[in-house]
Amino acid sequence: MQVSLFVTCLVNQISPQVGVATVEFLKRIGVGVTFNAEQTCCGQPAYNAGYHREACEVARGTLRLFERELDSSDYVVVPSGSCVAMIRKCYPKLFSADAAECARAERVAGRVLELTEFLVRVLRVEPSGGSFGGRVTYHDSCHLLRELGVANEPRTLLSSMQGAEFVEMDRADVCCGFGGTFSVKFPELSTALAEEKLASIERTRADAVVACDTGCLMHLAGELNRRGSPVRCLHIAEVLNAQPETDESRD
Amino acid sequence: MSKATEKFIAIQTGVSAGGEEWQRLRKRAVMIKSHTLDNLDHYLEQFASNVEHSGGRVCWAHDAEEANRYICDLARTRGVRLAVKSKSMMSEEIDLNHALAMAGVEAVETDFGEFIAQLAGERPSHINMPIVHKSRADVADLFAAKLNVGRLEEIKDLASVARRLLRARFAAAEMGITGVNFAIAETGTIVLVENEGNIRFTTALPPVQVAVMGIEKVIPRLADLEVFLKLLPRSASGQKITAGVSLLTGIKRAPHEEGPREFHVIILDNGRTGILADPQLRESLHCIRCGACLNVCPVYRKIGGHAYGWVYPGPIGAVLTPILIGREKSADLPFASSLCGACRDVCPVKINLPEMLLHLRTQIKERPAAKVDPPARTGSHSPRTFGQLLANRAERAAFKLWAAVMKDARRYRRAARLARLAQLTLGGGKRRGVFSILLSRWTTSHIPPLAPQPFSSWWRELSDPDERRPER
Repeated sequence: MQVSLFVTCLVNQISPQVGVATVEFLKRIGVGVTFNAEQTCCGQPAYNAGYHREACEVARGTLRLFERELDSSDYVVVPSGSCVAMIRKCYPKLFSADAAECARAERVAGRVLELTEFLVRVLRVEPSGGSFGGRVTYHDSCHLLRELGVANEPRTLLSSMQGAEFVEMDRADVCCGFGGTFSVKFPELSTALAEEKLASIERTRADAVVACDTGCLMHLAGELNRRGSPVRCLHIAEVLNAQPETDESRD
Repeated sequence: MSKATEKFIAIQTGVSAGGEEWQRLRKRAVMIKSHTLDNLDHYLEQFASNVEHSGGRVCWAHDAEEANRYICDLARTRGVRLAVKSKSMMSEEIDLNHALAMAGVEAVETDFGEFIAQLAGERPSHINMPIVHKSRADVADLFAAKLNVGRLEEIKDLASVARRLLRARFAAAEMGITGVNFAIAETGTIVLVENEGNIRFTTALPPVQVAVMGIEKVIPRLADLEVFLKLLPRSASGQKITAGVSLLTGIKRAPHEEGPREFHVIILDNGRTGILADPQLRESLHCIRCGACLNVCPVYRKIGGHAYGWVYPGPIGAVLTPILIGREKSADLPFASSLCGACRDVCPVKINLPEMLLHLRTQIKERPAAKVDPPARTGSHSPRTFGQLLANRAERAAFKLWAAVMKDARRYRRAARLARLAQLTLGGGKRRGVFSILLSRWTTSHIPPLAPQPFSSWWRELSDPDERRPER
């Protein structure tokens, strides 16, 4: 099994440890990983802000990159639900003016997978074989849940971690308030929604909140830091990659 | 709103327990609505014809002005001084109460929530729970101040006061005004659902009856009603069926002993044909005004209905308001959403609200000069200030720059290196992110700092740790 990693602009620039964990974990379970350094962004920020032309310009390049990668890899794997939703659901719409381009987008769409989608639905990984000490809870990222229908997969993976006590939070599926440009345009509202989510997390008394999207995690971590809270925000890749001897698992 | 949120969640839980049957109902409802919209002229004409055959009269109103003129003229010629009203969002849309007041007609809201809102001089803040923004204490204060009663703590006592007051109004009113939940083309029947009984009184006592409806309320046959009567109550209030369902057709005519002396239906366009014409927005006309999208919306739950600035709050409001009062007057609304999609999931008629919000965003950004003629009354939105215009220009330039950088891998890498440099030098002692620094003028939002090295550097090291690379 050979995959090409689309690491996403947020992970690349802000949370590279998520990319590192993804690569290390995939390699450990026997998946060949390549990374095309020409990748930039799926185009979602411009698309959501209403700038479709600009989004198209960037997405076009990313589409070409995927096509090249899929010549030598079985799948493109992405540690982000929102990017995959953009690629799978929005690229055909973005390129709808050109039938050929649209068809290309649709062809690619089926082979671009979010990490847990790939692990559970394609590789059928279970148990994950990792070890993580402490109580964890899970936040459903909106695009991952509602656009891609991924809900059980991350939970299955988390529940199978040795040493981890998985606790379901109330209102896990309610938006954390990030919403990309929403958090820049309506920061007070965005923060208020994060506070609601943090209250849900606190009620679980979890040591860490796990999600599959860096956007959500960044947003929640920001609020947690402001409060001086010890609760950690971890991407699922970081949890899966945690080994008994490493820092991540020690609590 | 936090207390209200508990109620909203309870309703939503009931809805999502519906399972396969619920999905089947939704699918059928979409088919019926879609078919109806495709043949709207036919079904509206059939409806109107059947209203007239049963002794009623139809007014085809292009906009609020025409509708209000008809109703006020009617009131004047019939000597109406007092009208009782049941809850109608359309009547809010056309500001009917105001028009009636100008014509010397007192219009009394009889839905308990609307009655309270009217007393407080406020608009309703929810489509079917008009005063969800008020606490029991708020209402007690209001009644004590405005109705010359002592301070009452219990809801049943407050309701009792309203009941006594309203009974007198029902008996005295010369005109009854309602909205329409569904208009059945096959029979010329209007359908109204309620829990309080005020619709029964409003429609049974006054001799002159007026019903206001948007063109999208019509459904083809009586048999189609079942689907909607199963979807609406559960979505709106978690009930299997409302306490009362009224099917009203025409006037009192032999051999029947019951019915109003006159029955008038105002069929309003008020911008809806424009919505019908837009393939991306057309489905918003499927809306059955259940309010479920409001209930699940994390934004609505936080800010409440009045913050939306016009008649319709929540996700459906964020779609309808820009269309009906003009995009330039409500340009914020489509952006005030994280596009979480909870509304789409819960909508009984499967309106793709996030998609429509995205579409409106594109329209606002790509055609800023587009003048949309707002047919409906202006809401409390002010036109753009100079500062906002400047901010829009800056945003457009920023995204153009973003695209130029992001579509070229080398430019992207260079920009990332520059940003890290800026972060080191401008951030000073504090570990502040470069974007936070740059955007701090426009936003208080916190964007985390760039990591010391990007993932791509790690990968490069991994692939070839020995290769000596000059720092570009």
